Amino acid sequence: MCVPRPLPTCYSLGLGRDKLEASHLKIMKPNRDVGIVGYGAYVPRYRLRGTEISRMWEGEQGCTPPIKEKAVPGLDEDVATMSLEAARNALKRTAIDPSRIRAVWVGSESHPYAVKPTSTIVAEAIGAVPHTLAADWQFACKAGTEAMQAALGFVGSGMADYALALGMDTAQGRPRDALEYTAGAGGAAFLVGPAEESVAVLEGSTSYVTDTADFWRRQHEHYPAHAGRFTGEPGYFRHVIAAASEIMAALGRKPADYAHVIFHQPNTKFPRKAGRELGFKSEQLEAGLLVNDIGNTYAGAAMIGLTGVLDVAEPGERVLMVSFGSGAGSDAFDLRVTDAITARRACALSTRDYVVRRHEIDYATYARHRGKIRME
Amino acid sequence: MEIARHWRLQRHRYSLVGEVCNHCGVKIFPARDVCPECNAPAKTPYTFSGKGEVYSYSTVHHPPEGFEHFAPYVVALVRLVEGPLVAAQLTDVEGEKIEIGMPVEMVTRKLRDDGSKGTIVYGYKFRPVIAGGAAVVAKDAAV
Ligand SMILES: [Zn+2]
Repeated sequence: MCVPRPLPTCYSLGLGRDKLEASHLKIMKPNRDVGIVGYGAYVPRYRLRGTEISRMWEGEQGCTPPIKEKAVPGLDEDVATMSLEAARNALKRTAIDPSRIRAVWVGSESHPYAVKPTSTIVAEAIGAVPHTLAADWQFACKAGTEAMQAALGFVGSGMADYALALGMDTAQGRPRDALEYTAGAGGAAFLVGPAEESVAVLEGSTSYVTDTADFWRRQHEHYPAHAGRFTGEPGYFRHVIAAASEIMAALGRKPADYAHVIFHQPNTKFPRKAGRELGFKSEQLEAGLLVNDIGNTYAGAAMIGLTGVLDVAEPGERVLMVSFGSGAGSDAFDLRVTDAITARRACALSTRDYVVRRHEIDYATYARHRGKIRME
Repeated sequence: MEIARHWRLQRHRYSLVGEVCNHCGVKIFPARDVCPECNAPAKTPYTFSGKGEVYSYSTVHHPPEGFEHFAPYVVALVRLVEGPLVAAQLTDVEGEKIEIGMPVEMVTRKLRDDGSKGTIVYGYKFRPVIAGGAAVVAKDAAV
């Protein structure tokens, strides 16, 4: 006779598991010390001012835009070309042979192809092929930091000496939607390698992820949809604050221990509010807060903020970076800047060099650049 | 067919990879396997620095098929610092005054985009050299 066996209670799914104490949290840090060996940024040259968008939709008496201006890609730019320039900048800050790079991972929500990787284009152009992994990552705005965590683990395991992780986007906002003011273009590349060669060493990383539909885009839709105000509290703040508090608790740090903190920056308001709630001073956010000048660069946003910080950071300083991707989750990284930064950062264009290179365009030119005018 | 031709050329197109003559040291672009100076076989790959200057230029208002999307655009002959003369588009030049002798640098951009169904062809173009050394936000400037 068949007697049903009781399910062992230890396998019951989920119950109580989100209540894990921070002290039980396993901080992600490989046994082999790893860090960022090279870093590079890219921002396209074109700028659309917020007042030009409000003039378009609301006339001269339009509302005050949420940011000053956003970066817009040129007609011949996409996530592949932009990733490539950031990757070349990262390589200029190292002396390594690109054929030793064992992974090229590009995080984005605006890959040029639906099927065909961006990463193979980048890998081929920098000379990392053929003995390399190449893949495109997706997780809204945290696709790039997720690729970074994987690269840190990949090098940390000893399977690779070097891995390249990128976060890059040419974000699209539906005309007249609130996101049109902020959806920018840009991002960064990080070459991950052994700690001895690093400009910033990883002290630990963590992730905080839940199923939260605050922002999405279906397969054949051109523009993303979002849940309006819902994106704030249950989306951004819940995940960013949890990831930041947990990593600080687990590593025994307080906000004052960091010289710089970078949060995902969909606008200027969200990162400033998250910083205040966590106990950071506004000066700690300054070097890594670029959204007012380039817009929200989505998968690139926190990462290009980190390049801005590495351009000015002093050896020995601690840096906290916390990304956010809708859907939703946050990745947090605790980094310590090394002596190598001083000589290495001058080897490529600084993030600031790209920010100040600007050519202002009007709404009509913007519409052409972003394919909002269809000729057939 | 087209895709195969683009694939064969992509290494030299993405990154200005040419050749160097081991006999007389001349740098060759595009690759042709024979030195134009001394006729010696030259098959050693050489990656150019991408730095050069505008030798001559012209604006294209009536583009050939496949390039309509980018018109008007500027094509130039660029003298690479290593010697060879390369024909390519200039990019990021709207609002810039283009001059003979203007320093330029190689970037990889979209050359063709065959609509929403075809492939995208990437390759070298040249842009005005970006000035480095922009004042970074000093750490205590924000205080
Ligand atoms: Zn020769």
